[in-house]
Amino acid sequence: MALPLHATTGERIWHYTFLTICVLIFAFLIIPILVIIPLSFNAQPYFTFTPEMVAFDPAGYSTKWYEAFFSDSNWRAAVKNSLIIALFSTIISTFLGTLAALGLSQKDFPFKTAMMGILISPMIVPLIISAAGMFFFYAKINLLGTHIGVILAHAALATPFVVITVTATLTGFDHSLTRAAANLGSSPTNTFFRITVPLITPGVISGALFAFITSFDEVVVVLFVGSVNQRTIPWAMFSGIREEISPTILAVATLLITFSIILLFMVELLRRRNERLRGITPH
Amino acid sequence: MTKSETGDLKTADGISLKLSLQRSLRRKKRNALLLVAPLFLFILITFILPIFYMLMKSVDNSITQEILPTAAPLLLKWDPKSGELPDEEVFKAFIIDGKVAAKEKTINRLGKRLNYEKSGTSSLFRKTGRKLRKLDPEKLTTTYQEALIGMDKKWGKLETWQLLHRESGPYTKSYFLSAVDMKQDVDGVTWKAEDSQIYLNLFKRTLWLSFLITFLTVLLGYPIAYLLATLKTSTSNLLIILVLLPFWTSLLVRTSSWIALLQKEGVINDFLFAIGLISNDGRLAMIHNQTGTVVAMTHILLPFMILPLFSVMKTINPSYVRAARSMGADSFTAFRRVYFPNTIAGIGAGGILVFILSIGYYITPALVGGTQGTLISNFIAYHISGSLNWGLAAALGTLLLLLVVALYILYDKIVGIDNMKLG
Repeated sequence: MALPLHATTGERIWHYTFLTICVLIFAFLIIPILVIIPLSFNAQPYFTFTPEMVAFDPAGYSTKWYEAFFSDSNWRAAVKNSLIIALFSTIISTFLGTLAALGLSQKDFPFKTAMMGILISPMIVPLIISAAGMFFFYAKINLLGTHIGVILAHAALATPFVVITVTATLTGFDHSLTRAAANLGSSPTNTFFRITVPLITPGVISGALFAFITSFDEVVVVLFVGSVNQRTIPWAMFSGIREEISPTILAVATLLITFSIILLFMVELLRRRNERLRGITPH
Repeated sequence: MTKSETGDLKTADGISLKLSLQRSLRRKKRNALLLVAPLFLFILITFILPIFYMLMKSVDNSITQEILPTAAPLLLKWDPKSGELPDEEVFKAFIIDGKVAAKEKTINRLGKRLNYEKSGTSSLFRKTGRKLRKLDPEKLTTTYQEALIGMDKKWGKLETWQLLHRESGPYTKSYFLSAVDMKQDVDGVTWKAEDSQIYLNLFKRTLWLSFLITFLTVLLGYPIAYLLATLKTSTSNLLIILVLLPFWTSLLVRTSSWIALLQKEGVINDFLFAIGLISNDGRLAMIHNQTGTVVAMTHILLPFMILPLFSVMKTINPSYVRAARSMGADSFTAFRRVYFPNTIAGIGAGGILVFILSIGYYITPALVGGTQGTLISNFIAYHISGSLNWGLAAALGTLLLLLVVALYILYDKIVGIDNMKLG
């Protein structure tokens, strides 16, 4: 990307114009997320910067929206519901998804493309259609408004992410390693746990993180399949924005941003570790 | 391994090697299938069955035969074009069925169902139901026909019976017809009146906005992907976090921040007012309209464009462009003739992905779209939880699903599902 010494004036102008455009696009990507953080410390119940805030007057800032969040039993219940639902659907989808990925990565798996198409269909079908179908069907089998119903629905939505990440890990998998183990007298079970598992673990964990965030961030399906007892954080935010806009939502948003930064770094670390393990070093 | 007299190879336990290999291959295949089976069953029950159930709901019309078990089959035999009212037999069956349904209070459900086809039917059924409850069919002094017409004159009209006849079968196409702004009467299928056409325009708007959003993500995503792909890996690894952070941030967080930015008393309007570009009355309306939907969704879907484009651009060998330059192409020509054609696959992949995601979007348009910026999904949600016209919701959902499946097949042709990657 560096500008060569022999660049003409026109090329120079274009180069800096291009960089400026890129900076602006990056700003478009990131500012909407960052702007919420100072706004959540607003002392006034507004969604904008007050004159006191612009003047960096400490009186313009307050942590009262965070206090409101932590002291509100509705929000606490929402946090609890979100964690329970995300945890259980992650366990189900990671388990089933990893098994399926191990099977799918075998050579000459029959009807692989069709099977893959079915297994990842929950990711492709628009959420509103999944939600509508689940709403009609789960009502019929009495799962509407239950934790189990929402957990099953979220597990179905999250498995494609696990299948895709674990399959991606397995495509770079060197099968001569397991053959070598077998050749050295290791039983298939032993080979699986001592060779395969350590190599695919990073993929499985990042798949699990994807599954977790899918459930944790999901709102359409839970709106239709769940009832008030399954109210999750995104649901509470959705109805909060629709009914009474209070900066408590911005405080929740800031906490969620912190949470997603942590998740992002975990996934990135795992990805790089995975590449290192498989001998693919970034160059 | 020993060699037998006939000459084919054998394993230690004396089985032919070919057979033994075949067996082990079969076992491997079976094991692979067994590993996939649990997830397959799980997805089948929790996901595929519900989708099929929804598809069925879009044509299901069992309600008429449920509530009018004798009248509906009789009515099906009547010729709606005969110009005459149905036989006395049909009226009798209707009164007897209707009396039972009125007692069980299910008759209003049928009225509500038929009200989707013609307004006023619901009140007709409620009124008739009330009178049927008091009526004793055994002690009629008039014919059944006169008795029913006596309850409401509409029962003497041909169109009431034509409607009932049309919806007497176990399946109906009326939901699909409504979903594309058509209606059926005795002469066949026609367009609804211009002013009551909703859904075709909505489909058009959904497609147009999705196209616009896809175009904007290409426009904004291409330079970023290009920059990331041509920078040193250490720098691009750092910058890509700016793309991944929005990708990982909750959808509702991003939507609420756009509300904070775009609304009348929001950050952007306040800023423009403070620097004197707009007056207090001239604050821009950037939210609860199409602008809101387009801006917020472009931001939300941009990472889905950048990431596939980036992975395609990373595989383009820089010596191609250098070769073009050394042969006399200026940098623009080298880009246009050599680099850009190599990235078309990435644009296709990201473009279809963004398009698929945006035609099914619900949350963001619901919060920032107002009335003009809502999409087809919002109407599906409205018919499920607002108007309770589930058949129409299912029909709209089915049409949307068909659209997505078609795009998905296209995506598979261009990229291949096996190559789908995340992050």
